[in-house]
Amino acid sequence: MSIQTPLSGAQLDLVADHEHHHDAASTTILGFWIYLMSDCILFAALFTGFAVLRGSTAGGPGAKDLFDLSYVAIETALLLVSSFTYGMAMINAEKGRRNAVLVWLGFTFLCGLGFMGMELHEFGELIERGAGPDRSAFLSSFFTLVGTHGLHVTAGMIWMVTLVGHVLRRGLTEANVTRLACLSLFWHFLDIVWIGVFTTVYLLGVA
Amino acid sequence: MDLSNTHTMVPANDHGHGHGHGGHGDVRSYVIGFVLAVVLTALPFGLVMSGALAHDMVAPVCMAFAAVQIVVHLVYFLHMNSQSARTWNGAAMAFTVIILLILVVGTLWVMVHMNMNMMPGMTPGE
Amino acid sequence: MFGKLTLDAIPYHEPIIMVTVAGIIAGGLAVVAGLTYFRLWKPLWSQWLTSVDHKNIGIMYVLLAMVMLLRGFADALMMRSQQMLASTGGPGYLPPEHYDQIFTAHGVIMIFFMAMPFIVGLMNLVVPLQIGARDVAFPYLNNLSFWLTAAGAVLINVSLAVGEFARTGWLAFPPLSELAYSPGVGVDYYIWSLQISGLGTLLAGVNMITTILKMRAPGMTMMRLPIFTWTTLCANMLIVAAFPILTATLAMLSLDRYLGMHFFTNDGGGNQMMYLNLIWAWGHPEVYILILPCFGMFSEVVATFSKKRLFGYKSMVYATVCITILSFMVWLHHFFTMGSGANVNAFFGITTMIISIPTGVKIFNWLFTMYRGRVQMTPPVLWTLGFLVTFTIGGMTGVLTAVPPADFVLHNSLFLIAHFHNVIIGGVVFGCMAGFNYWFPKAFGFKLDERLGKISFWCWLVGFYLAFMPLYALGLMGMTRRMNHVDNPLWHVYLQVAMVGAAIILLGIVTQIAQIAVSIQNRKALADHTGDPWDGRTLEWAVASPPPFYNFARTPVVHGRDAFWEEKQAGRGPAPLPNYAEIHMPRNTGTGVILSAIAAVLGFALIWHIWWLAIASLAAAVVAAIGHSFNENRDYYVPSDVVARTEGAYFEQLKAQEI
Repeated sequence: MSIQTPLSGAQLDLVADHEHHHDAASTTILGFWIYLMSDCILFAALFTGFAVLRGSTAGGPGAKDLFDLSYVAIETALLLVSSFTYGMAMINAEKGRRNAVLVWLGFTFLCGLGFMGMELHEFGELIERGAGPDRSAFLSSFFTLVGTHGLHVTAGMIWMVTLVGHVLRRGLTEANVTRLACLSLFWHFLDIVWIGVFTTVYLLGVA
Repeated sequence: MDLSNTHTMVPANDHGHGHGHGGHGDVRSYVIGFVLAVVLTALPFGLVMSGALAHDMVAPVCMAFAAVQIVVHLVYFLHMNSQSARTWNGAAMAFTVIILLILVVGTLWVMVHMNMNMMPGMTPGE
Repeated sequence: MFGKLTLDAIPYHEPIIMVTVAGIIAGGLAVVAGLTYFRLWKPLWSQWLTSVDHKNIGIMYVLLAMVMLLRGFADALMMRSQQMLASTGGPGYLPPEHYDQIFTAHGVIMIFFMAMPFIVGLMNLVVPLQIGARDVAFPYLNNLSFWLTAAGAVLINVSLAVGEFARTGWLAFPPLSELAYSPGVGVDYYIWSLQISGLGTLLAGVNMITTILKMRAPGMTMMRLPIFTWTTLCANMLIVAAFPILTATLAMLSLDRYLGMHFFTNDGGGNQMMYLNLIWAWGHPEVYILILPCFGMFSEVVATFSKKRLFGYKSMVYATVCITILSFMVWLHHFFTMGSGANVNAFFGITTMIISIPTGVKIFNWLFTMYRGRVQMTPPVLWTLGFLVTFTIGGMTGVLTAVPPADFVLHNSLFLIAHFHNVIIGGVVFGCMAGFNYWFPKAFGFKLDERLGKISFWCWLVGFYLAFMPLYALGLMGMTRRMNHVDNPLWHVYLQVAMVGAAIILLGIVTQIAQIAVSIQNRKALADHTGDPWDGRTLEWAVASPPPFYNFARTPVVHGRDAFWEEKQAGRGPAPLPNYAEIHMPRNTGTGVILSAIAAVLGFALIWHIWWLAIASLAAAVVAAIGHSFNENRDYYVPSDVVARTEGAYFEQLKAQEI
């Protein structure tokens, strides 16, 4: 690794306390980022599985028979808007505007709720039509890939509610802003994964 | 979240601005990113739904749109820039991208051959 | 109410298992009795189980590894004895249903619950000290990681007494591992113990990388890192990159088994080859996760005991990074015979051969370090010399099997078994033993008995060669792996020799246990009063043995590689300071233990299809995790007079030594 981290040179830790606090935020963010990178690879394994199994419909329905692109377009819009609203929440967090943060988080949560509602509805419909995950390898990999993304979104929403609790309790402390920053990374990353999903699963499936 | 600050140890007298550069500039960034993302989503959706694309053009075109949109997200929502790329976060992402490429390309190459040789009828697209 | 669980799950009619379980229960009761009698419950909880101190966590990891070594080795003894007894036409004493569980458990335990914890434990103990830090980046997460690993180990041990284990081999290939062919709970025990401990490992990887990148002492640039820290960094990068693949693949298998999906089933369009592809895409980096830190341990040992700087530090670093990337490009060599064709096989065969080159660079660097050094033949050095010879042989047989046409003959024969045990025992086990002997004084404040250390080394070395060289021959003669009996009378004598080898390794293990016991007894005579028993080169030797809980009273400033050696050469050893600042430290927490206990219950519930319990424990885990986030009592400040007193005591001790 040729990347050098500028260090503060000969400074000993007599001012360790203050340094430590500023460092703690970037350390936490780096740690979370590395975890997120591992999550990328998890999704990559699922994407690859999907790519390999996309044709294995076992005589059952395929993508063309099952997917409704305008429906997916709405889901995509919801997620994209939620990324924007979270961004607004972060800007306000950095400015210390507690109530604005809570409002924007609320919008984000609603978008997420809408997205998950639509996805669960889609899943339910497919299962009712006999196109559940046990029908074929293609459907297994579809449900798993899209479902894992959905589970992540759900986890993010639970986390969001928890953070609202934290912010209500203690306000926009450095620790809470760091937590919001981590969730922000998570949330945007999920939107990025969704770009992959709607492209490879839905667009390429139907075309 | 601004990733560009993650590499420096902030000097002792800088208290309040440990995170982003803060301020109004960032709203612009999100708005531009949002608009670009909407366009980059609407276009491939439109092209596929209208059937305007030739069959063998669908995959490369849609993947290209996806790749560009991912970059848009990274730049405008995650605030990646040439400075943040030189941090450990940037290095971690670079390493991950390399591994992703090896894993995905490698698996597809291997599995296409496996399917061809060992399971006729299983090759993707058949 | 209890899902699939009934009293029939306990294998009453298997005497070997019942005796073993009785032994484990008796042993457990003895421990409980001892803890109660000596009133150790409270200190056990407050100083060890809830500890967020990387040193304590490291010690617990190594302890777990050593306990699981006993079970994994017992499996090995059973396999060797069965094959010896059953190679003249008789059935031996282990029917296939039992034998298959044994070789599966042997592999799973040795890799996941012996080698990984041993190495993670040593990395935990040593790296923060080597970089001049007070602890890892995320101390609570560190505690959680350990307990998740322990929860996985608990599940695999419960499988012995309640139910059964997988009969599929340590990687559980489908279709055998699918519900149709493994309808019992064995594969589910396998899946959940690995998913739970795998989460712990992944979090440990995130933790260690962040620690090394962000918590180095001032002046310690990347190219001044101790080489063990470098190899730890690279191994943890591999953990973070590879373990998600394992998680995803095992998840797909469990979805097949639990929800009737068709990723890898025979029907519905499943593709079993994809499982092999993905699991080995994890599996190959996994073995590099194991070996890279051991390479680092050898580097430290060689430099210290040759009293010479490591030769070729830069090339060591580049070689390590090369191995890291390349380890992701060779995985297909584990299934050359599956049918990807000549071109694909050739590519991966070539990359496999290429990866031996940076390893060769390392071997030469170690040899050149020792050349013209004043090498002290301590046990760590003996383990290193044993490694240099043994690993090289194993590596060569690896390059041999990397040639696809050769592999077509040798795949899944005993030649393969001999090869990977050659590199894993010669590399990983010998490395862990070297590291264990080397860093033991740092952890506990007294050295290990040298004589018993040397005896155990020679037993392991001789035992290894006797146990595995015959397997190379058997493989070339055509003996397949995982057979509980064979009918070729020519093979019998080789299996007898292998049994003798296993028995000698047993002597080695017994000697090691004796070594620890004797050393504890003689700890006063073996005491390390200075913290620097080997005249070491790196920062972990610059503090007392064992270190104060805060490691360094004041963060050292680093001016070069081998930071401590530089200071000593310049006449600057550890010295008392006129005043000490108060030190910010994290508090212990019980959340890790609790979450992991819940995880173990969740795993058990999923295995036995006790759905209400699974849902309840999952909910409990989420609540506990969220609840922990509201805990604000996570840190405290060590008052400066406490620091001063602790440091004062250390310097008194140092002075007493000089007199």
